Amino acid sequence: MDQFAQLIVLTLAAGTPLVYAALGELVTEKSGVLNLGVEGMMLVGAVASFAVAATTKSPWLGVGAGILAGAAVSMIFAVLALSLMSNQVATGLALSLFGVGLSAFLGLEYVSVVIEGIRPLAVPGLSDLPIVGKLLFAHNPLVYLSLALFAAVHWFLYRTRAGLVVRAVGESPQSAHAIGYPVIAIRYMAVLFGGACSGLAGAYLAVAYTPLWVEGMTAGRGWIALALVVFATWKPWRVLAGAYLFGGVTLAQFQAQALGLEMPSQFLSMLPYVATIVVLAIISRDATTIRLNAPASLGKPFHAGA
Amino acid sequence: MSVPSPRLALRGITKAYPSVVANDDIALDVLPGEIHAVLGENGAGKSTLMKIIYGVVKPDRGTIAWEGSPVVIANPARARRLGIGMVFQHFSLFETLTVAENIALALEADRAGPGLSQRIGDVSAHYGLPLEPDRHVHTMSVGERQRVEIVRCLLQGPRLLIMDEPTSVLTPQAVEKLFETLRTLASEGCSILYISHKLDEIRALCQKATVLRAGRVTGTCDPREETSESLARMMIGGDLPRPRHAAAKAGAERLAVDHLTLPADDPFGTSLHAISLAVRAGEIVGIAGVSGNGQKELMAALSGERPVDDANAIRLDGAPVGTLDAAKRRAMGLAFVPEERLGRGAVPELSLAENALLTAHRQSMVSRGFVRSEAVRTYAEDTIRAFGVKAGGPHAAARSLSGGNLQKYIVGREIRQKPRVMIAAQPTWGVDVGAAAQIRQALIDLREAGVAVLVVSEELDELFEICDRLAVIAQGRLSEAKDIADTNAGEIGQLMAGSFVAAGPHGQRRFSPAGALGLDAEPGTGDREP
Amino acid sequence: MSAAGPPQGANRSPTGGSAAANAASVGGSIRLRLEARPEPSRLAGWLSPLAAALATLVVGFVLFSWLGKNPFTAFHAFFVKPVADAYGVSELLLKASPLILIATGLAAGYRANVWNIGAEGQLLVGAVAGGGLALAFPETTSPLLLPAMIVAGALGGMAWAAIPAFLRTRFNANEILVSLMLVYVATHLLSWLVHGPWRDPEGFNFPQSRLFHEAALLPPLFEGLRVNAGLFVALAVVAAGYLFMQKSLAGFQMRVAGLAPAAANYAGISSNRNVWMGLLIGGGCAGVAGVQEAAGPVGQLLPTLSPGYGFAAIIVAFVGRLHPVGVVFAALLMSLLYLGGESAQLNLALPSAVTGLFQGTLLFFLLAADVLIHYRLRVVRPARTPVPVPKGA
Repeated sequence: MDQFAQLIVLTLAAGTPLVYAALGELVTEKSGVLNLGVEGMMLVGAVASFAVAATTKSPWLGVGAGILAGAAVSMIFAVLALSLMSNQVATGLALSLFGVGLSAFLGLEYVSVVIEGIRPLAVPGLSDLPIVGKLLFAHNPLVYLSLALFAAVHWFLYRTRAGLVVRAVGESPQSAHAIGYPVIAIRYMAVLFGGACSGLAGAYLAVAYTPLWVEGMTAGRGWIALALVVFATWKPWRVLAGAYLFGGVTLAQFQAQALGLEMPSQFLSMLPYVATIVVLAIISRDATTIRLNAPASLGKPFHAGA
Repeated sequence: MSVPSPRLALRGITKAYPSVVANDDIALDVLPGEIHAVLGENGAGKSTLMKIIYGVVKPDRGTIAWEGSPVVIANPARARRLGIGMVFQHFSLFETLTVAENIALALEADRAGPGLSQRIGDVSAHYGLPLEPDRHVHTMSVGERQRVEIVRCLLQGPRLLIMDEPTSVLTPQAVEKLFETLRTLASEGCSILYISHKLDEIRALCQKATVLRAGRVTGTCDPREETSESLARMMIGGDLPRPRHAAAKAGAERLAVDHLTLPADDPFGTSLHAISLAVRAGEIVGIAGVSGNGQKELMAALSGERPVDDANAIRLDGAPVGTLDAAKRRAMGLAFVPEERLGRGAVPELSLAENALLTAHRQSMVSRGFVRSEAVRTYAEDTIRAFGVKAGGPHAAARSLSGGNLQKYIVGREIRQKPRVMIAAQPTWGVDVGAAAQIRQALIDLREAGVAVLVVSEELDELFEICDRLAVIAQGRLSEAKDIADTNAGEIGQLMAGSFVAAGPHGQRRFSPAGALGLDAEPGTGDREP
Repeated sequence: MSAAGPPQGANRSPTGGSAAANAASVGGSIRLRLEARPEPSRLAGWLSPLAAALATLVVGFVLFSWLGKNPFTAFHAFFVKPVADAYGVSELLLKASPLILIATGLAAGYRANVWNIGAEGQLLVGAVAGGGLALAFPETTSPLLLPAMIVAGALGGMAWAAIPAFLRTRFNANEILVSLMLVYVATHLLSWLVHGPWRDPEGFNFPQSRLFHEAALLPPLFEGLRVNAGLFVALAVVAAGYLFMQKSLAGFQMRVAGLAPAAANYAGISSNRNVWMGLLIGGGCAGVAGVQEAAGPVGQLLPTLSPGYGFAAIIVAFVGRLHPVGVVFAALLMSLLYLGGESAQLNLALPSAVTGLFQGTLLFFLLAADVLIHYRLRVVRPARTPVPVPKGA
């Protein structure tokens, strides 16, 4: 039973970067903007957070730096795709490629640096309770924060007027413009939020989950987060469920190795990617659901006729 | 009593775009409680003027006075605060949101809170515009959507309501109903700016009219004292062109549709139910209907853009083609002019020559898989010349042409492929009077040459002008085609409302004449698959 | 991420010829705004890659200064020194060749809005297929081995690209994500092969295959230089790509599908066929590039077979304007960036990661400059309306 609790804890920990990145991208896409740069923003967030954490010895300052760095590079995307109306697919790809290069460049002197990361909670008394203590009171603080972010995003999108406006802009920017909403400004905010969340996801990896800096350490999680948004049919709670599902899959390789399963490790390492492909195919097959839930203007540049 | 001061007064309004002066020194006065028509043909500058009043477009010059004081209307929010509401021709609604959410979005935050549903109920009851606040817009008919737009405006307590071509989505009977609402509103002191190019409607509804032509005011009048002809002369500066039209000499059946049933592939679409229709050589058959009743789906099925499962449901010259794609049907002599010109009928970024290659490549433009660019250019040049297209030549990008000229080019491109069957959807929508007349004449000439022609249009006048027989589509079902001589606008209007649907084999289950009309208080019965 | 269809890529369609907006405020009174051109500017189309390259150089100048290097020395080390001799030029062509191949293939698909971003994986699988053939016939001296390897490489890349094509046409699954995921799968596949069944028994346990034998290696063009016959394959593909994309009906139809999917559907152009063609062409070219690497400069199968050519080629395709001839020039530029990175590492102790940074920057500037193809900048002075500020505004 304790082993089971341990597995849950590990799954939540592995799914958390996906929760952050996919929730951020969800809000961006809800406004009608497709930012394929998640992987790049995560990497930049990761390297920035690690560098600041290593320099200041404060992992929490590092987290702040990761958020800011993710938001900052997302602004490059925003200027190109929103103000200059560049192709969103190409611009997102460029951001991912740029993020890989930039993070490798900035991170050179931090490879094999050791830092004190953010540790899981240890609430005296509570965390030591059998099973319940592990399940509820011994996660990393950033895991709790990701759950709070989920609740906040859900509340924002479906319970606030501002969230309604974001959804409306994603649905029909022309209509939103016609009744007087500043479409471009709203989309800027949505992209910024997505960038900050991706940066936070990278920061979690670099200063809490591992904690270390390795070139390309996100290992495609940014792309999996993008797939998760489709998998979730743009619904926050399904993002959460999907993130933990994929978190669980990444653990499968460690589990199998622990169980002494005779299988080359490379095949186990393929699992998350293969699972992503399979899930994507299954969800996308239902074109009607996608059509009803996908923001109608997703990926299309908006140019207000003035 | 002195003359009341105008609610809205425009002076010297001018707005120029790089290629055209949309508004040139416009003056306009609207009195309180007045229903004021702004009349002009497509491209005369009506829409630009309305967008200026509603704060969507900023004028280059000129002044706007609201209830006597000069104002700058910087954006729509400012316009709404002043008390100006606008019902757009292309609705500014959000399909996946509910009626209440759509309305809340347009209201100030403090007025969109609790109690909104109650107020929606009150307003819709008072003006006879029933609505269900919790319904999603994508499940609603076009008429119902217009009600959402109107109620949304009325909830803001407007003192000036702008209606941009509101009747193009309504049946003649629904138009009457709308006019009653507008008269009630005006009697309560609200001014109404009514934009239209339909002369009869303006004469029936409005107390004053300002006529625009090529961006300038060419006259103001009391339309009740004018004839349609005199209004038309002000509008286009000459008499309305009338097409030549000899008696039909219909021949063999060219296009046959036999119990075509097609579920909607789009959650926002309409399903087609047992549609049957025949078009013979040498006749023009028209399909009337309120938009959103299955026209788009029927066109996709007939053109081959969406092949159907039953090959025999559609036959060209007797051959079953239901399962064939658009290219194969074209090879068999089908030509098609779609409703959307830019992006479907033509690729906006490509040249006219390349747009000829798009559908006419069977006209010796390709040899061994490679394009013969000389042949392509010649075809484009000949089309431009034969149809009087005003363009910079075959290398001009499609999007650089005006709507009317591009439509002439597309129609010409299709006709010059010598089709056996021609299908045209909304062939003159948004096209200036001259081009529209030319396109109608071209379709009539095609009929004289023995081609089977099918025209889908929302403009009843146009259909009565050029068709030999007329059918009506409502809720995805098609009425029997009637000889034009044996019917009239009133009867067609009843059919557009869905009166025939009850008689159909599947009719009982889903009968809702008002659903198509957008009149009933139980909109859930409309035939739209959620 | 819309799985319901490709994002509307190059599909900019301002509704009229006369729209203007998204004003960027510059100062209080005078503003710059973008105004749609009635026709796309050909001049801007050719100038924007040049402008992007220049802007990237300026960024490099600033970056080198910031890193405490004399920018002129750094420039010399980065852009001149690597190609100052015959060996350098040979290396330039050697690295440009796979980029040309892959980018030409990708361009064909991108024109049709088929976003294959998994060329890196297709390259690796191509290398595995072609290299596997070399390893399977270690004794043969047949001159047919090399052509067979190239064909196997093409088929391998196509097979890998067929997966996203199938999933897209059958299940509507987004090809961007599927093709990208398959890069990771291919990487692990190659890793397994060279760690396991194909590991060189005499390789001191290093994860690598045996070295290819003579008949399985691409012959060098010049004594002592590494540039090899693969360059001719790349140039042949460019020529074929030019004919296909610019002159054939099928190429035209793919372009229509990219610019206006509804128009393609209206004209009866099969979107499934375009997806298949776009992915298979891209995959085949990437697979050939993989064989070229394995049978060329590398000479065996390694986990680090490709220095990211599959991703760099995406940038090459865009900077080359999705045009085969443009691709050649863009590939040379990109190849120079690779060489420059290596040279900078040797001569200036600058990290070679600078290359990746430059690649991304170049694409950003290109995308920014491209706006001027469809829009022009206008300086707008506020209209002098003698209108007083309204009460309560």
